[in-house]
Amino acid sequence: MNIDTHPRGAELTFRFSGEIDHHGARNAIGEIGGKIEFFRPHICCIDMKEVTFMDSSGIAVVLCAFNKMRELDGRVQIINTPDQARRVLDAAGLDRLVTIAV
Amino acid sequence: MKAENYISLEFPSKSANEAFARGAVACFAAQLDPTLEELGDIKTAVSEAVTNCIVHAYPKEIGKIWLKAFILNGNKLKITVKDKGVGISDIEQAKTPMFTTGGQERSGMGFTIMESFMDGLKIKSVPGGGTVVHMTKTISIRAAKGRK
Repeated sequence: MNIDTHPRGAELTFRFSGEIDHHGARNAIGEIGGKIEFFRPHICCIDMKEVTFMDSSGIAVVLCAFNKMRELDGRVQIINTPDQARRVLDAAGLDRLVTIAV
Repeated sequence: MKAENYISLEFPSKSANEAFARGAVACFAAQLDPTLEELGDIKTAVSEAVTNCIVHAYPKEIGKIWLKAFILNGNKLKITVKDKGVGISDIEQAKTPMFTTGGQERSGMGFTIMESFMDGLKIKSVPGGGTVVHMTKTISIRAAKGRK
């Protein structure tokens, strides 16, 4: 998986692409946590438009972003969520913690 | 039940093989003509089972993973993922949503996803001896899907 980071005002957008599994997510958690601490945004936006597959490793990535943003009193939103990734996020009930948009 | 077709794979517990494993099963399952959603569910479940072997069964070493997939009568897919790793002492606890011993990089949702995305899940484990995960899914037939 790849992550492009786009800071813009109070919003920090991570554009994920490729397959999010344990192999790819291990580095992503550290990278996302570090960037949120550096930019300290109000909104963390995760754009999944280019994600071709996601397993439960993606849940851990989103939870990492959620916990970091909670420390900042900010929020997380996920946009352009593909159907397969949405089923995985729903299985964990993540829509109770973050905004998930198609 | 006699298998109409099967594959049998053996590979080391390297995380780079997660994509290979789910891709191989997806290619094999394609002959059952699954929908994209069914195929996504199968790939996700296989990814979870194989990741469990890599993260939990062999935490400090590279071990072997055996993956088999069978096509059975009635458009049924059966998948087994086996390791000879550390085993699971409390399977019910391991199946609990959000329970993990894998630290912050794991979500503890692996078995929950396998159970909800497949029709059947059986886990057999011997502490110190390894774990076998059996999963089944019946693929709906094309006419019932109302596709052209």
